[in-house]
Amino acid sequence: MKKDIVFVQGNEACVRGALYAGLDFFAGYPITPSTEIAELLSEHLPAKKGKFIQMEDEISSMCAIIGASLTGKKVMTATSGPGFSLKQEALGFAVMTETPCVIVDVQRGGPSTGLPTSGSQGDVMQARWGIHGDHAIIVLTASNGQDVFAMTVEAFNLAEIFRTPVILLLDEVVGHTRERLVEPKAGEINVVERLRTSVPEGTDYHPYLPREDGRLPMSDFGGTHRHNITGLAHDMWGFPSNKPDVVYGLMHHLVDKIETHVNEITRIKEFFVEDAECLLVSYGSAARTALHIVKNRRARGEKLGLLELQTLWPFPARLVRERCSSANHIIVVEMNMGQILGEVKKAVENPERVFLANKIDGGFITPTDVLNFIRITQGKGV
Amino acid sequence: MAVKDYIRKRFFPHLWCPGCGHGTIMTAIIRAIENLDLKKNNMVVVSGIGCSARISGYLDFHTMHTLHGRALAFATGVKLSRPELTVLVPMGDGDACAIGGNHFIHAARRNIDVTAIIMNNNIYGMTGGQYSPLTEYGDLATTAPYGNIDHSFDVVKLATGAGASFVARTTTYHVNPMIKILEKAIMHKGFSVVEVLSQCPEQFGRRNNIPSAVDMLNSYKTNTTPIGSKEKEKNPDLIERGIFVQEERPEYCAEYDKVIERASKGR
Repeated sequence: MKKDIVFVQGNEACVRGALYAGLDFFAGYPITPSTEIAELLSEHLPAKKGKFIQMEDEISSMCAIIGASLTGKKVMTATSGPGFSLKQEALGFAVMTETPCVIVDVQRGGPSTGLPTSGSQGDVMQARWGIHGDHAIIVLTASNGQDVFAMTVEAFNLAEIFRTPVILLLDEVVGHTRERLVEPKAGEINVVERLRTSVPEGTDYHPYLPREDGRLPMSDFGGTHRHNITGLAHDMWGFPSNKPDVVYGLMHHLVDKIETHVNEITRIKEFFVEDAECLLVSYGSAARTALHIVKNRRARGEKLGLLELQTLWPFPARLVRERCSSANHIIVVEMNMGQILGEVKKAVENPERVFLANKIDGGFITPTDVLNFIRITQGKGV
Repeated sequence: MAVKDYIRKRFFPHLWCPGCGHGTIMTAIIRAIENLDLKKNNMVVVSGIGCSARISGYLDFHTMHTLHGRALAFATGVKLSRPELTVLVPMGDGDACAIGGNHFIHAARRNIDVTAIIMNNNIYGMTGGQYSPLTEYGDLATTAPYGNIDHSFDVVKLATGAGASFVARTTTYHVNPMIKILEKAIMHKGFSVVEVLSQCPEQFGRRNNIPSAVDMLNSYKTNTTPIGSKEKEKNPDLIERGIFVQEERPEYCAEYDKVIERASKGR
């Protein structure tokens, strides 16, 4: 059977994944290197009766998708560094109001305007802690077009399952690299639909009362249950409350609903991890370089392995500790100054085994760059 | 139906101060909706942050109490994804014209079918009386102890210039005209703006030698005049009230339907 093979940018793989997952509504603002996502959706969404709108800024784009999500639609926005900063306010609103939505951040060099056309992985911590207040968040990433497609679908699924915003942290290299994408057939990847309340009209509906399995069924705006959504601390009806017991319960719910499901949310890829003496830990486009080295060196008999993280947050600390337990050296390969390095060091025993192989000058991290770091850890010099 | 059939008792007592004009506006909105016989399940109210914004919680519709200044952006998402819903956006003057100024002019430019109600009390009330973009030159505020040197927006001109296809002004003194204007604004197909002058005796009046709500209301009677009246010719300082703009123009969601139609045929 002929497969649906296309040759597309990572940004387009993201668009195709979003449409596969049932995207209904996109709001965005032009910003390099994510703009292709908006351009492509402005073409494809109307064709399936979906809605596309180019808003006046990044702030309003984020607000608009939340509004649309509350009417029962699957929604997404896409941006990069400076725009991601602007979205933080409304992202916090989505966390607080438990509104499913997907935010794509195609990372570029920062801070500020930085390097608009260069790859970077500098937003890992902003994705985790960009909004004010304690909270938990789901952040996914991908290293190639095929995985971008799959992780985009995952992002929509996890947003619905956990009633939360999900950040898809791509980067300029992945977003702009054209490569082969085998488009999954309908049904090949599971697509999670919105869980709606079965409470009948006239019966009190609690938008923030979890079921036994922890999930919170929703009711669409414009449907039969008229409820209130607020960014204030609120009770199970969505009414503002500053009662300590209500606030305590809300805060724990917002964090626990994600942090206690780390295993369910964690997506990883493993290459020769089991007997690796030197284990690389990487993600996103940097993992492409890491994988190249691992395959290359394995062919020469060197025991290198790669643990590729596709879920960055909640950080899979237990899994990382377990996978790193027998390696002599652990080298975190990333294009920032050690944002995941710190998490790996926190997770593993004997963190003095953990080293950083990075690149922060706007260039893409190459196998030679990483090999030089490996040689240093092995006492061989560069 | 009675007013109480449109409110959520669970939310009461409300937090507005004695003498505040915002409750009068809420009642007028309810009366307009009742007169138009709109179904509660089809009504969405999206508000921002501030005294005005609390109105959303009190009303028994689909309600969103969102972020400061961003109500129109959220409302745009609601309306574009479900155009059959009636969307009201009550905002404060700081909410709509300062932090939300950009969203305000762009919603007007798109002519999306949303009714923006600017509850203008000339002050930031909830934070304790700081000057807003609608505080007049020379007025006193907690952040203008020596008098305000900013010049205020004229909301009617701002909305008109930005492309709103329905623009009106009224006051909390003129309750019956306010209800009629709100009815027309809600029924208008396009972006409609209704500025309502609303007294804030607590944070504005007290600092500006007009501490009584009754005196403030009377000032709306004496300082305003219907559009085009002879009084205005005699006294140009009078503030005009009534409907300034009411035009049929292509509405955003209807225009988007044309995009869908074109897309279905291919480019």
